[in-house]
Amino acid sequence: MIMDTQQALFQYCLRLGDTNLILGHRLSEMCSRGPMLEEDIALTNLALDHIGQAEVLLQYAGEVEGKGRSEDDLSYLRPVDEFRNWRLVEQPNTDFAYVIARQFMVDVYHCLLYQKLQKSNNEILAGMAGRFLKESIYHQRHSSAWVQRLGLGTAESHRRIQQAFNDLWKHTPEMLAAKPYEKKLIDYGIVPDPEELALDWTVQVIRVITQSGLRRPADSFVETYTAHTEHLGHLLAEMQYLQRSYPGAKW
Amino acid sequence: MDFQEKLHEFQQYIDAEEKIEPKDWMPEDYRTHNIRQISQHAHSEVIGMQPEGKWITRAPTLRAKKILLAKIQDEGGHGLYLYSAAETLGISRDEMIAQLHEGKAKYSSVFNYPTLNWADIGAIGWLVDGAAVTNQLSLRRTSFGPYSRAMLRICNEESFHQRQGYEIMLKMAKGSPEQHEMAQDALNRWWWPALMMFGPHDNQSSRTTKGMLWKIKRASNDELRQRFIDKTVPQAVFLGLKIPDPKLRWNEATGHYDTGEINWEEFNQVIHGDGPCNRERMAHHKNVHAEGAWVREAAAAYAARQE
Repeated sequence: MIMDTQQALFQYCLRLGDTNLILGHRLSEMCSRGPMLEEDIALTNLALDHIGQAEVLLQYAGEVEGKGRSEDDLSYLRPVDEFRNWRLVEQPNTDFAYVIARQFMVDVYHCLLYQKLQKSNNEILAGMAGRFLKESIYHQRHSSAWVQRLGLGTAESHRRIQQAFNDLWKHTPEMLAAKPYEKKLIDYGIVPDPEELALDWTVQVIRVITQSGLRRPADSFVETYTAHTEHLGHLLAEMQYLQRSYPGAKW
Repeated sequence: MDFQEKLHEFQQYIDAEEKIEPKDWMPEDYRTHNIRQISQHAHSEVIGMQPEGKWITRAPTLRAKKILLAKIQDEGGHGLYLYSAAETLGISRDEMIAQLHEGKAKYSSVFNYPTLNWADIGAIGWLVDGAAVTNQLSLRRTSFGPYSRAMLRICNEESFHQRQGYEIMLKMAKGSPEQHEMAQDALNRWWWPALMMFGPHDNQSSRTTKGMLWKIKRASNDELRQRFIDKTVPQAVFLGLKIPDPKLRWNEATGHYDTGEINWEEFNQVIHGDGPCNRERMAHHKNVHAEGAWVREAAAAYAARQE
């Protein structure tokens, strides 16, 4: 029984940690590619926050797992099929509108999640969530302001941000879905119920989308059962390159 | 007051170590000299984000990735700060970027060299930021107020970057044989470009005289270069790395290191756009700027509508 809960907690932390890690990595690819210097700096700042969150979550995941794996071991030495991040965050930086749409959808979820998670019975998770929430509130302010600017800016920006939401929308069910292992954690008051989060998320996201003069994307798509898209493998090949090429070296 | 009197008063003010502020009277040459130097400095910070940025996605640990991200973010912040300082002299950021794209404004030639292995990130911090900070420490006393204040802040961060770079070099140089080899390779490739950062010899530099008279520049190219060499050689010895200069030796009489001659032909080639990565760096900056146009337009249109 205790082992099961630990195992579930490990999976849970991995999912949160990996999502932050992969999103942080995607954002870090934007360095020197921002549409203006201020935004370049802002995106780098987001990357830093997400990688910082990943570091803490994966370190804790490693402790919970109890096999002596560090946050770096988990980041750099796992194969693609062991990553638990949301598919949404591995999607490439097709253009600035994709970066913003992706970020906005994550930020809304993170704010809702961390608000509830800071009341967790697990003091460590609660403490982390409290810290992360401060960052995520700031992130959401930034991304929702951009959704609005792009939605109401010019015809081109409107078209691009709508396209980004349309294309990324198919990854949201996977992000919102409850995982079987979460049941026990919910029962013990360790994590919030993802179904409630999903409802709140949908309301908030749709509100900002419509306030920005955009349409809610269509839900009609085939739900795939793969954990990842084609993009993650390439991302990891690059991210893990040094650790894989020089096993055991200290950096 | 006629021009000569104003100029005389201006010079007296500078000689008294007072700072010139944006609204003060200044000769046109002083204004253009500062615009050129500050915008060049800003462009260097921004273009410098590229070679280091190449390794963010391959940083070997989460800690290393965070440090590198924070560092590059600092560089962007310096760029922003310096553009603002230059703007006080009556030029816009758009104009400065246009000058960069037209090749009228320059940036530090050192960023036209490639980053080929992880130790390059260490070498850039240690040598490139080390050279930059040697120069910038003296610029804290520059006569133009906004530039001087920018330097005070920037120097603190740059010396932090230099220590971080040295930490990477230390780990690599004392690490596995492959890592040591990467560290030596990085030093081999970055040593001379770092020395070139100080510019031509004093007797070759056309701009030094006026810059010194107006206290925009506070120490000569050769003085600063020597200061950097004297500080850096013992650090290389500590790392167990070899400086790629067979003529390098300690001179007891002068109390300085003697060195071989910089390859000035290479220096001139890089300055004039024919370095290893000049075209790539400019193409990257131009492409990103062009790709971002629709975002800037959207932000402007939205802001206009809110008014």
